[in-house]
Amino acid sequence: MASGNVLHVLYNDDDVLMKAVKEIRANKYRINEAYTPFPVHGLDKAMGLPHTRLAICSFIYGLIGLSVATLMMNFIMIEDWPRNIGGKPSFSYLQNMPAFVPIMFELTVFFAAHLMVITFYLRSKIWPFKKAENPDPRTTDDHFLLEVDTAGHDLDALSKFLYDTGASEISLIHNEEHA
Amino acid sequence: MSSHYEAPIREPLILGEKSYHDISVDVGAPILGKANKSWWIVFSIALVAFLWGLGCIVYTVSTGIGVWGLNKTIGWAWDITNFVWWVGIGHAGTLISAVLLLFRQKWRMAINRSAEAMTIFAVVQAGLFPIIHMGRPWLAYWVLPIPNQFGSLWVNFNSPLLWDVFAISTYLSVSLVFWWTGLLPDFAMIRDRTKSPFQQKIYGILSFGWSGRAKDWQRFEEVSLVLAGLATPLVLSVHTIVSFDFATSVVPGWHSTIFPPYFVAGAIFSGFAMVQTLLLVMRKVVSLENYITIVHIEFMNKVILLTGGIVTVAYLTEYFIGWYSGVPYENYTYLSFGAATGPYWWAFWALIICNLIVPLTLWVKKWRRNILWTFIVALIINIGMWFERFDIIVICLSKDRLASTWSMFSPTFVDIGVFVGTIGFFFVLFLLYARTFPVIAQAEVKSILKSSGERYKRIRESGKDLAGTATDERTSNYAARPQSLGVASNADATHHQSTVNADALVDTEAKKAEIDMMLARIGTYDPATQTPDDLKKISGVGPVLEQKLHQLGIYTYDQVSKMTKKEYDLLDEIIDGFPGRAERDDWAGQAQNLKN
Repeated sequence: MASGNVLHVLYNDDDVLMKAVKEIRANKYRINEAYTPFPVHGLDKAMGLPHTRLAICSFIYGLIGLSVATLMMNFIMIEDWPRNIGGKPSFSYLQNMPAFVPIMFELTVFFAAHLMVITFYLRSKIWPFKKAENPDPRTTDDHFLLEVDTAGHDLDALSKFLYDTGASEISLIHNEEHA
Repeated sequence: MSSHYEAPIREPLILGEKSYHDISVDVGAPILGKANKSWWIVFSIALVAFLWGLGCIVYTVSTGIGVWGLNKTIGWAWDITNFVWWVGIGHAGTLISAVLLLFRQKWRMAINRSAEAMTIFAVVQAGLFPIIHMGRPWLAYWVLPIPNQFGSLWVNFNSPLLWDVFAISTYLSVSLVFWWTGLLPDFAMIRDRTKSPFQQKIYGILSFGWSGRAKDWQRFEEVSLVLAGLATPLVLSVHTIVSFDFATSVVPGWHSTIFPPYFVAGAIFSGFAMVQTLLLVMRKVVSLENYITIVHIEFMNKVILLTGGIVTVAYLTEYFIGWYSGVPYENYTYLSFGAATGPYWWAFWALIICNLIVPLTLWVKKWRRNILWTFIVALIINIGMWFERFDIIVICLSKDRLASTWSMFSPTFVDIGVFVGTIGFFFVLFLLYARTFPVIAQAEVKSILKSSGERYKRIRESGKDLAGTATDERTSNYAARPQSLGVASNADATHHQSTVNADALVDTEAKKAEIDMMLARIGTYDPATQTPDDLKKISGVGPVLEQKLHQLGIYTYDQVSKMTKKEYDLLDEIIDGFPGRAERDDWAGQAQNLKN
């Protein structure tokens, strides 16, 4: 984290916000964070955030689920206690696989979905009893808040510039713990 | 902005003059307000039904399954009928939230939350039936593949009933997680809006501390998309596997390869009927007619028409194959004395009328957009789809391959009581949900407001720019919200122009910002290097007005000479008794002359 002080810049329109983000970045100011009440499409790109890799995680989790299902049913139905069900003896997993397809599929989905969501919660640090960190309660209603780093910039010039981008309110925040 | 473009031919999905803040207010209202009388009445009725059903369940479990109307021939009847009926109803929720997301249908956003709630509550009801039917529900964990006290005796992975266990539990848990993840931002909205500390605490916990960072939203959208991609084949697999319970058997009428697609279509069909039933009432009770509009109702009716059509074709195919195959068992299951003209003729024709004939009226646009008629049709389909399952299960079992075992089924009061109880339980859950949960995915609705809101469509039609139109006075008025966190941590207001001392004139931070912006344009006055000019020399400026201009940081001819219409308007706004003639008197021109 950069030095202590940041500006909390509030916007009350998503189009204005998008334009502002582009201008702020074009003028080499640093946006630490953005809080928005709903997903503003294209904001992550405009802010230069990298892609999320959650979908790749989910794919891997799905493969894990598929393996768990296969290993489990192979052990239970073929190795540990083979039974002759309906004249179809359990000689090999491959031969009996058609009957196992539904559960292989279900466990793939089960693992892919749940582990991905858990990964999401952990990465975004959201869980029960977590305290919310949005600086202004209106950012879940209709306001958009940008946290702009003031380090090495003239405050007056910066806030003037930010007002010109259409900000509705600006407040200066002293962050002692980051200083 | 062009990114919000939507063809004008598309009807608006959000009616009225709604801003983002309006959506928060409207969605929060049922939670933050008090329940009305009709809510309590309906809730009481549902609770009584639930308690009655609970009594019947206790009676069943304590006495035995013999209290049901089952007999040697018909070993499955009401319980499985109800199980399939409830699972099927659940399917619409997933279809709306997952399939329609993949198809990028914006109208899903107003209804997906409630449809998913319906899914979860319906699947809970469905799950009760197999567990009660076990007779000893405390041993329900035996269906799990765990080592047990009997040695290495495992569950049978070849059995469709075990597939059901996996399918239903995966479906329930994934739907729950999908639903809850979508709820986080909306719980956060309630958390930040409510004034009650208790609600702040509860919704704070429920929202998992959601803060709405750009990165969170990026992940949120990705997770929603991937979950939708996973839930779509999942929902198809669930009812496919439910149909395997029947289709993999050799009972005449059940042994049918058409069952999986036909069950899935039927499930969506019945689910949409239930969504209509619930939402048509809910939109009235919690005043959300502007969000769940006639357009939404018509779209859902079109899905009902489509899936109803698939079901119709499936029925006709079955009857044709029953006749064409020449297999006598098949034949009497459907057309001859087995079904259409047999002792269960009423159930057969109830199904045909409710599921095939009545929904055809929705082809007429006027009826499809008629709320009362939609409600009636939805109820009829709910009944018809229950009969469909009853027909498949009871009629096919009642006349098996051995004529001496033919039998009839009649339910006892316990059968009926358990079913009524689950309906009561379902409505208890749904009514509690409607009072405590944000019933519309408000964050998602906000994201389509500018493209599909009636107000924004009008603004766009008139050729104006949408940028800046989202400003809402109720939330942008800084002084009106003294509890705003921004002020608390902002010790000094140094970032405002130091020459401005306008507290007597302006009270809002937004105005101060505008003054700052004005000074940025016309230049600031520096008392250290400059001397103030006599502004009274400008015609129209008296001593009082001069003082006010000084308060705003305007001291020199140079500043006044750079004023344009924009500045005049701002001064007009801020200063009481501002002559309004600055423009006519051309202050800027006068100041320019005085300067030289």
